[in-house]
Amino acid sequence: MRQVAIYGKGGIGKSTTTQNTVAALAEAGKNIMVVGCDPKADSTRLLLNGLCQKTVLDTLRDEGDDIDLDDILKPGFKGVKCVESGGPEPGVGCAGRGIITSINMLESLGAYEDDLDYVFYDVLGDVVCGGFAMPIREGKAEEIYIVASGELMALYAANNISKGIQKYAANGKVRLGGIICNSRKVDRELDLLQAFASEIGSQLIHFVPRDNIVQRAEINKKTVIDYDPKADQADEYRQLAMAINQNKMFVVPKPMTQDRLEELMMSYGIMG
Amino acid sequence: MALTDKEIESILDQYPSKVAKSRRKHIILKDGELPNQEIEANTRTIPGIITNRGCAYAGCKGVVLGPIKDMAHIVHGPIGCSYYAWGTRRNKARTEDGKDNFLNYCFSTDMQESDIVFGGEKKLAALIDEVVETFQPKAITLSATCPVGLIGDDINAVARAAEARHGIQVLAFSCEGYKGVSQSAGHHIANNNLMEKVIGASELEEAPAPYAINLLGEYNIGGDGWEIERVLKDIGYHVVSVMTGDGKWEDIRNAHVAELNLVQCHRSINYIADMLETKYGTPWLKVNFIGVAATIESLRNMAIYFGDPKLTARTEEVIERELARVEPVLAQYRKLCEGKTAFCFVGGSRGHHYQGLFAELGISTILAGYEFAHRDDYEGRHVIPSIKSDADSKNIPNLEVEADVQRFRLKLPAERLEELKAKIPLGDYAGMRVSMEEGSVLVDDLNHYETEEFIKLLQPDILASGIKDKYVVQKMGIPAKQLHSYDYSGPYAGFNGAVQFAKDVSMAFASPTWNFITPPWQDQPLLDGKMNEGGAA
Repeated sequence: MRQVAIYGKGGIGKSTTTQNTVAALAEAGKNIMVVGCDPKADSTRLLLNGLCQKTVLDTLRDEGDDIDLDDILKPGFKGVKCVESGGPEPGVGCAGRGIITSINMLESLGAYEDDLDYVFYDVLGDVVCGGFAMPIREGKAEEIYIVASGELMALYAANNISKGIQKYAANGKVRLGGIICNSRKVDRELDLLQAFASEIGSQLIHFVPRDNIVQRAEINKKTVIDYDPKADQADEYRQLAMAINQNKMFVVPKPMTQDRLEELMMSYGIMG
Repeated sequence: MALTDKEIESILDQYPSKVAKSRRKHIILKDGELPNQEIEANTRTIPGIITNRGCAYAGCKGVVLGPIKDMAHIVHGPIGCSYYAWGTRRNKARTEDGKDNFLNYCFSTDMQESDIVFGGEKKLAALIDEVVETFQPKAITLSATCPVGLIGDDINAVARAAEARHGIQVLAFSCEGYKGVSQSAGHHIANNNLMEKVIGASELEEAPAPYAINLLGEYNIGGDGWEIERVLKDIGYHVVSVMTGDGKWEDIRNAHVAELNLVQCHRSINYIADMLETKYGTPWLKVNFIGVAATIESLRNMAIYFGDPKLTARTEEVIERELARVEPVLAQYRKLCEGKTAFCFVGGSRGHHYQGLFAELGISTILAGYEFAHRDDYEGRHVIPSIKSDADSKNIPNLEVEADVQRFRLKLPAERLEELKAKIPLGDYAGMRVSMEEGSVLVDDLNHYETEEFIKLLQPDILASGIKDKYVVQKMGIPAKQLHSYDYSGPYAGFNGAVQFAKDVSMAFASPTWNFITPPWQDQPLLDGKMNEGGAA
């Protein structure tokens, strides 16, 4: 079982990228569980063709400790097992603690079955506290992919996430598997992302071009692979899925200083 | 017997050098030749050190608020915080006819994991509704525990909404345990809110009887407050309110009408004492009702303040009567205690107060200290302007009050007050150091390692402290007297309390138990952990 966590700046397209990649892997016959770690509980919407009705934490609150796996594990596209951790309303309680609670709950209920090929964690953009680092702590996800684009703040976040991975890599097996570019069509984006990835010691695992079909599929509560399997964009996600499936490059990242990151932006973004 | 600097260094040598350097500032050897000896206090305990200190929640809910009997004290937090603060402090309270007494109840939101994740405000509001429905209290306190601060539950908003819903006072205390360096932070938080929202809230403008006083910083542990009030009432004083032992919210609202405030525990309540003087012009007198001599001195100082010959005469009558009763009894116990030595490490005032009582029994205090006191409790209030505030103390809100235009009244002419200040401790506390014997040791925030080392060096006959070190010390063959809880006994204050204390201490000395204990260092090499066969009986 490979456990994969997808991180990246808020709004960069983590959930969309994750679900499309998972759909492509499922299409190729892989047995997968997706754990949404965002309190908004929208990480499995495209796989389930609608929002998950009952999150782990909702169930925990309503049913007490007497929970069946079936209550929280819903089958989605091609049998992908979908779980949403859920969490409090914005501004109350502790969402970080919620993620810890819900992943522990999944473990004790036996959700991590041996016949799973993949577990994907879709994590909130900013690792603001220990709870959001839960998927990369305690021997959970060992592979991290960071979704980024050519915008400064996206790379800034990617660099920060690399710092977190570096910290946890010192005491565990967590490694960076690569950077996924979800294109924003900024100047020389491919070059910049390749330079960024190689500078932190990793790789650009795939460049996903911008295509409006993603938006149309989302409105229809579907992944592109589900909505229009013949579309070019569906093939892009299939390529990404295969790249992850065949990936052998797992590194402890070497994050940059802020100054170096800005230098890099200058040389590609403006000078280019 | 007196320690040398070198011996202190040898104890501290076991620490890493930075720790040793810090701890050295918390220890002084009394030298009366010096005008002042600075001791470091109210600073963070170094992690790794086994301290006896408590937390801000313990100081706020446990110490100051907990004893107020006619309020329902709700704890917002996991059940452990409530359970361990429930009835363990022995602050006694009597139920008066037709009046509320909720002290036997434990009101807790019993926060569970899902309350942490989703927030606990709704549960807290629901508990308030339940408490109001079941008990109809006139007022409620809400005390925050650590997780409440971490997840950001807004207990002040919950309190405001509950006040509007039920039309009763609901006070919120943000006394999360992690605030400050010890329970002292919690005292301050409790003082501020009581001053701002409770004291002076009633319509009463005049005390209903002459010689009206408030008794501050008396928590009625083991019935101490009752013994003090017995004597005060006998002399003719009218006790307006007690803060807070066996105290009542409805009385504390009247505290502004008193002519004088008595301060027993300076550390936990001096904030209110000071603010009462600023706002209403009521002076405060430092008193000490522990020990016969200290009790008599306190009573005489009160009589001097009021300056009424009839009151003075009655004071002397009562003193004479009580002395005649307790002196012969104390003399008997003194025979068992004479010549012994004590360590006295407790609280923020008892570490000082009990030294006098020990002395009356012929026991000299060779080491004393406080858990959570500030420098002024050791060195006297004159050092307050020179106390450096740090990040920890700045974190605790400081309430500034102004004179109440309608109610401020000088209780005595300013000249008379100045005259009195030269004679009696009005608005002043001289601290522990001045009254200690030459060469004795003062230790702030004494920890378990140092306790053991000082015991080995100084071999005291009794240790007056608390539950956390009691049994360690007793296994060393030395009786230990808990001065937080009084070991299920008491009262120890006033005249009758002195007799009870003498009896308990004598019993400890006379117990055959100690003959059955061989402290490990007497028959075992300290560096070799082997047990002798048939050894330690």
